[in-house]
Order: sequence, then structure tokens, then C-alpha cells
Amino acid sequence: MSATQHLDFTQIYHHSPFHDRIEAISQVKSWSAWNGVQTARVFDTVASEYFAARSTTSVMDLTPMEKYRITGPDANEYLNHLVTRDVSKLKPGRVSYVVWCNDEGKVIDDGTIFHLREGEYRLCAAHHQLDWLLLSAEGYDVEIEEETFDIAALSVQGPTSCSVLTAAGIDGLDSLKPFGLIHANLNGFEVCVSRTGFTGDLGYELWCDPEHALAMWDAIFDVKARGLYDVRPLGLEALAMVRVEAGFILPGDDFNPADSTVRAGHDRSPFELGLGWLVNFDKPYFTGKKALLAEKQKPTARQMVKLVVEGNKLPVDSFLFDRKNGKRVGTIKAYTWSPILKANLAFAEIDTKNGVVPQEVWAEIYYSKELEWHSTWAKCSVTDKPFWNPERKSMTPPSAF
Amino acid sequence: MVNTQRNYDAIVIGAGHNGLTNAAFLAKAGLDVLVLEKNPEIGGATISRELHEGWKYSNCSYVCSLFRPEIYQALDLGRHGLEVVPLQGSTTFMQNGDYFGSYHQGPINRREIRRHSKRDADAAVRFNADLMKWCRLIRGFLLRTPPDPASFKMRDAMEFAHLLKQFYKLSESQIYEFIRFFTMSIAEYLEMYFESDVILAHYSGGSIIGTGLGVYSPGTAYVLLHHAMGDVDGNVGSWGFARGGMGSISKAIAGALQAHGGAIRRDAEVAKINVSGGKATGVTLTNGEEVNAKIVISNLDVQRTFTKIMEEKDLPEDVVTKAKNFKIRGSSGKLNIALDGMPSFPALPKGSPLTLGHMHFTDTLERLERAYDDWKDDMWSQDPYVDIVIPTQYDPTMAPPGKHMMSVFVQYCPVEPEGGWTDEKRDAFGATVINQIADYSPDFKDLLLHAEVRTPREIELEVGLTGGNIFQGELTLDQLMFNRPFPGYAQYRGPVKGMYMCSSSTHPGGGVMGAPGANSAREILRDLGKDNTVPEDFGDD
Ligand SMILES: Cc1cc2nc3c(=O)[nH]c(=O)nc-3n(C[C@H](O)[C@H](O)[C@H](O)COP(=O)(O)OP(=O)(O)OC[C@H]3O[C@@H](n4cnc5c(N)ncnc54)[C@H](O)[C@@H]3O)c2cc1C
Repeated sequence: MSATQHLDFTQIYHHSPFHDRIEAISQVKSWSAWNGVQTARVFDTVASEYFAARSTTSVMDLTPMEKYRITGPDANEYLNHLVTRDVSKLKPGRVSYVVWCNDEGKVIDDGTIFHLREGEYRLCAAHHQLDWLLLSAEGYDVEIEEETFDIAALSVQGPTSCSVLTAAGIDGLDSLKPFGLIHANLNGFEVCVSRTGFTGDLGYELWCDPEHALAMWDAIFDVKARGLYDVRPLGLEALAMVRVEAGFILPGDDFNPADSTVRAGHDRSPFELGLGWLVNFDKPYFTGKKALLAEKQKPTARQMVKLVVEGNKLPVDSFLFDRKNGKRVGTIKAYTWSPILKANLAFAEIDTKNGVVPQEVWAEIYYSKELEWHSTWAKCSVTDKPFWNPERKSMTPPSAF
Repeated sequence: MVNTQRNYDAIVIGAGHNGLTNAAFLAKAGLDVLVLEKNPEIGGATISRELHEGWKYSNCSYVCSLFRPEIYQALDLGRHGLEVVPLQGSTTFMQNGDYFGSYHQGPINRREIRRHSKRDADAAVRFNADLMKWCRLIRGFLLRTPPDPASFKMRDAMEFAHLLKQFYKLSESQIYEFIRFFTMSIAEYLEMYFESDVILAHYSGGSIIGTGLGVYSPGTAYVLLHHAMGDVDGNVGSWGFARGGMGSISKAIAGALQAHGGAIRRDAEVAKINVSGGKATGVTLTNGEEVNAKIVISNLDVQRTFTKIMEEKDLPEDVVTKAKNFKIRGSSGKLNIALDGMPSFPALPKGSPLTLGHMHFTDTLERLERAYDDWKDDMWSQDPYVDIVIPTQYDPTMAPPGKHMMSVFVQYCPVEPEGGWTDEKRDAFGATVINQIADYSPDFKDLLLHAEVRTPREIELEVGLTGGNIFQGELTLDQLMFNRPFPGYAQYRGPVKGMYMCSSSTHPGGGVMGAPGANSAREILRDLGKDNTVPEDFGDD
């Protein structure tokens, strides 16, 4: 018959180019799917992976993240129309964190724009965006290509990450500033290195042709084999801790992406997500501008906030109240115990008072000890800053550890 | 034994699954109920019969999704022998030897869409979310009596408010989209999302099943919803197999009915609903026997009810006219096939799970439209759209071990080909379908042991579905919600006192849903001042 390229239906999850190494290094074989790719939840223990990110170097496979290459004469204009932030002046070699909205001003996704080389961009996104990117391209002279699996990517994060990568053979990191990127050479192949990440700490993301994926992985882990620095893989569970500490919200986890929201009013605007700083009304036009301008006229009714929760009981799926046994004013969206801060941290959505965010709320927490359930109240204070934002994150040149 | 001297509280004409459901809820409320069925077997279009020794067919309906779990629970159908097993996936075979498979596991399903179009894989996210919006909305109406927009009675005003509230929970732009959705063709609708020909064809199929419309006809987008709004255990849009065939559903409901003291009489065809003094008093059977009852409920489609078993003189003129004009053209056929083994489909890789799901052979919108063109010309489609399932891959009760039963739903087949149906023409129709299957399955014909071929003629003759229309009336906006079956009669009450309707001709329409039967029972019990035994909608939120 024909030369059908059958899928292997016995392999439900896609394998990343790092699969063989990941499979081999995983001690507990705990998997889940990230954008359909088999991804480790835990490799060894959550604690050891967490502390790799915070005190040495952690490595995570970033390949499953959605990636799109955007080129063509109108590429910059197109992107500037797509996202709420002003990226018209994003220089080659720079990266910008952005969100994009639908016409109603509700957030579809967040991500980063990499200006790789003059006129050549990469958009990284949490969720599948090709449909929206192409719908938005009407009238622009751009080429948009999904390249998720055409690029192998690793996130190398932690206080010794610069030292590790330098020892692995990558030059030029000393002068690389946060949100900058360089094209480097690693053992004879090209690697794009950006000083970006999801941990709120010193860290880099490495991008290369899948053909060199294993060589890139091996070069990094070889630093450990040579006895120079500890390097450990990072699973999704430890990532969930460090990303809350860093103050990064996750579309799909902490709020509904607008394009897949079913119930009216269950999607969110950048203002509701506390991402108003990403909205630039000085731009002549961007998708959702009209709706967001209109929204701005009224006080925001509810808002995503960062909470420090007193005590040591985790606010798992808790409702929030204006005082103990008071009126319900919100819900917890994400939470973690922070080993480095010795505090419970959370993202929560709470009702404002006429646009003003209350600074203190109470969580009703249910917890069990040896299968017996208890409940308690914990005071929560709202904070504007990332929970964890160490100086070493932005120092250039970075310190050795 | 049926006592003909007895004056029953209620007679239900027809032991289709809706008649049985209706009767079961009435019996549960303490009424003395009798169901009269013309056939030797109950179930109507929800039936399993053994026509070839050792093989059980789901002769008409073959998969279950729309059946309301509220009814299942309230009538305790699990304990009465019902079990609905989810079926997995679907495939459209292509003319070039390739195929598009819809896998039941998300990650591989997405990769398969990408194999045909990367863009469509992402567009599927938007498509699924949008479809779910309309499903949520429509699901909330299934176990409710439609409001009468022209009435000012308190209860109706509240129902109407409910309807508006449902509507207002949509944003303004969503309301416009929704109205557009109801009036669009499925081809236009899907082209707002997808680009791949085979994917467009694959998703369109559900929109033409049972309808006298083509993929480019306005209104077909809704029919897709009608096939997507059901669920198996909360998985909206999934379909399942009733263990033992669809007849298990009717049998279980009949079990519940009997447990509540109701009776069923088979081989009892009703010739006429007796009306005296503007009130229904009972029925006369074709053998002349009269059975009396305080109320009479018809499970037949409305055209049949008002033109065949009621007399014009007993009815308001407008009802007779409306019944005659009711759109109920049949457009479907069915083959049920006993197989000596599992047929192979060489386009699929060995061991592929895709045979566990629905299978189709129409890979473009154009071919779907051509199939419709034939029907408009009073011919069966020369290149028909089929929906094939092989339930015996799951169900040990329908064929001997290692043997299989294949159910083939066929769209389109005319109510009457030129010169009328003959057995030869029926068999020629069957051969068209069998040849199409054999194009994709070379060993199929060798495995074929027996086939039941059904055109609208057979469906009408046996089940009494007028014109063989599987939904007991076209599912177009003019015959949906408060327009079903006709404006002014959407609340299950007939035009004669003591006469009610409970069939798929009433809201929310055809399919093995049980909702018309249940909704009708609720209205009857209200009129009788009895406690309601019909469950409320569970609610999605
Ligand atoms: C070929 C085919 C395939 C289908 N596939 C599916 C499917 O896969 N899934 C799905 O959900 N739906 C499907 N449907 C639709 C579904 O089966 C019907 O809409 C539903 O079963 C109708 O149920 P009902 O109780 O309203 O009416 P019916 O099942 O039509 O019941 C009417 C009953 O009345 C009896 N009757 C008629 N006249 C008289 C009389 N004068 N006196 C006494 N009794 C009489 C009939 O014998 C019959 O038992 C299909 C239908 C057909 C025909």
C-alpha cells in the first residue's frame, strides 16, 4: 500500500532526545507526561533535587516546552502585536518574558521571546500555540514554524551552574547578563545559551540540535564524573517547589488558558493575574488592548497574589477567609513548603475590596496525622516580591558558587 | 395475565426504551401501568436479537452515550443487568492506504493528529473547548421540559428564566457564536478549526448520522452536538457498548418496570386510541380487543401517533396538519454481520488498538457530500459513509469465542428508491456496503457468515419508525426544544385530555437517551398530583 509513517501505538508518551540518559539516571522511575513527553516526576528524592537547584546545579530536560520559530520581514511587528508587552526594541541576543491575550483581554498563555539573531525569533510557550499564532498572523509577512522537537533543550540551574557549564567547555558566560543569550561552541557543536530559567536563581538554558543532545547532556554530567561539582537531574516535583519560591505562575495549573476555558468568566486577564506590569498601553495596538483598557476603568474584582502562610501546615486546596470563620474571599492555587525559607508559600486568588488587595487573609487548613483529620487556621500575608530572589541570580559575572 | 375488564391508571403504547422508561417511573409512583408492544420482543430501536445462531445483533442502535445516568441510577438499572463499557477510539481509512486514528490516550492522539497536520493538533484544543461549551449548555436541558415561550403560566416563566440564565452565563460573544453554531453546516463549522481533509471528514461523520442533511447543509453542526453531548461516566462525548447489545438497556428498564409492579404485553398492536368526550379512555388492539385506562401515552413517533392510531375527528385540525408536515424522512440503513473471525485491516499496523473503536471509510468532505447527493436523488449512496463497530472485541456474550459481530451503520439510504424497495434492491444496497468494507479488509468477505440488511423499509416495518427515521423526526432547529414535536405541544401533553407523548419525537429527541420518557412521566405525575419519581439532572457544575 502506501508508505504510511505509523506511530508506535505501544509508546503512549513521546520520548525526548535525552530519553536514554533520563531513563538510565532515574532511580525511582516515576513518570508523568509534560506536553505528551515522558518526564520524570522524581529521579531520586524530591529533597535532593530541590537542593541541587538551590545549592549546587540541577539539570532538567526542557525539550517538551513548546517552541516556535518566527522569521520574516514582519516578525518583530507581528510579535509586538501578539503580546501585551512592548518587544519592539528587543535586541538580538535578548530574551523577554511575555503573556498574550485573546480579543477579550484574557490570557492565552505565557512564555518567552528569544531574539536569536537579527530578525530571527523563538517563542517558547507553556501550551500548544500554533493554531493561535497562525490565526494571529493574518496580514503579516511572517513565517511561523513549530520546532518543539527540532530543538533539544536543557535547563541548568543553581549557584554553581556557571562554573559547571564553564567546566563543561562553554566560554563567555562571565559576561552574559540575565535575559541575555549567546551562541557558543561546545566540543565542536553549536549551543545557544540563555541566562534564563524557572527557578528564580542563577541558571541557564541550553539549546542545540537534537543530534547533539546526548553530547550536551554528557558534557554537563561529565563535570560531576570528573569530581568537580555535583550535578543532579531535576524532576517535576522539585520544580514545582522552586517555581513557587521564584514566584512564577503556571498557565493551566494556576489559571485557565483562555483558549481552552469552557465556562464564561473562568479565564483571567493579566491584571487579574497580577501581571499588569507586562501590559503596555503605549503600544499602538496589541491583541486584547481594547478590552484591557476597558477593564482598567473598573477596579479589579479579584487578583492572584503571593501569600506567606504562617505555621507549618500546608494550605492544600484551602479556602481563604477575611478572618477566622469569616467570609470566604478566595482559594489557594499553588503551594509549597520552602526548605530554604522554612515557610509555607502559596499563590492564591482573592477578592479585592474595590480594587484594593487585602493584605491579610486566613486559610482554613485540613491535614491528617496517621489518618486522623484535623483542621486549623493560619494567617496569610500578601507579598508583592518574589519569595526567593537572591543576589546571585542577577550578578554579572556570576559568583563561582 | 392482563385483565381487559380492568381500568388501568395508564397505558403506554410501545415498548421502546422511552415507553419503558416512562412506564417505569409511573409504576414507581404507584400507578397501575400496562405497556402494549406490537412486536414479540420489546425494545423498539433499542434491541438485541439472535438472527444467526450463536450471534446476537444490536439490530438498530448499537452504541450508548446519551442515556441519562440519572435514569440509570433512579431505576437501578445496574442491578437489573445493565452494564455500559466505554469503547475506545475511532479511525477513518483513507483511499491512499493511510488512515487517521483517534486514540483514546491523549498524548498519542495528539501525535497522530500532528502526523496529518501540526496546526490541526493545536486547533483541536480550541475545537474541543468550544464544543464542550455547547455541550454543557445543552446537557442542562436534557432532563427538563422545554418552556412554552408563548405561555405566561408561573412555572413556565420560571423555566424560561432558567433558560435565559443558562444563556446569560455565556458572554455576549458566546451567545452570538452559539446561535451561529445552530444554523451552520458542519463543514463550515469545522473549517474554522481544521485544514486536513481526512480530519475534517473524520469529525463530520457524527453530524450526518440519521439526518436528511449533508455536510454542507445548514443545521448539521447541531447534529454533531447531539452526538457529542452524552457521556460514559462523566466523559462527555464518549460512547459505550451495552453488554449483551443495546437490548440490555430495554431489558433492564423492563426489569425495573416489572419490579415496580408494571406489566408488559407483547404481540399487542394498538389500532386506535379511544377518545370519548374529548378524553382518552383507552385503546383498541388490532385484534379488536379494548383495554381501558385513565390516561394513554404514545411511544410512537408523532406522525404515526396522530395519523395512524388516532382519528382525525378526535384531534384539532392543526395537530393533524402539523403531524403530516413533521419532518421524518429516513436516511439510514444498517447491516449486522456475523463473522467467522476478526477481519483484518492491513492499513493499520499489526495489533493496532484502533479496531476497538468506530471505523469509517470516507476521507473527504466531498465524498460525504456526494453520498448525500445520491440520497437526494432517491438512491442509496454508491460510496456510503459507514460507522462500523465490532463490540465482540469487548463483549463475550454476543458471539462464540474467537468469532465476531460487526455492526455497520450506513448513511445514506433512501426512504424509497425509484420504483420502491424490493428484496433485490435491499440486497444490492447490502452488497454496496459489503464491497466497500472489503476494499479495506481483504478477508472480510470470506469471514462473512450472515448479514442482516436493513433499509428504511425494514426499519419502519419492524420498529415502526416512520420513514425509518432513526431519531423519530429530524433534529433541526424548527423541530428542537420548544418546537419539538411542534410549537405549543412541547410539554408532552397531547391535544386530547388524558393523552400524552413520550417518544423520541419529543424533547430532547432521538437517540437512546431515556429523557423523553422520563420528562413525560414527570409531567404526567404533576397532572395527576402524584409525587414525582423522575430524578433531577445531576448538573455538570
Ligand atoms: C438503525 C438505527 C441505529 C441507531 N443507532 C443509534 C445509536 O447507536 N445510539 C443511539 O443512542 N441511538 C441510535 N439510534 C436511535 C435510537 O435507537 C432511537 O432514537 C430510540 O431507540 C427510539 O426510542 P423510542 O423509545 O423513542 O422509540 P422506538 O424505539 O421507536 O419505540 C417505539 C416502539 O413502539 C412499538 N410500536 C409501534 N407501533 C405500535 C403499535 N401500533 N402498537 C404497539 N406498539 C407499537 C414499536 O415496535 C417500538 O417498540 C438508532 C436508530 C436506528 C433505527
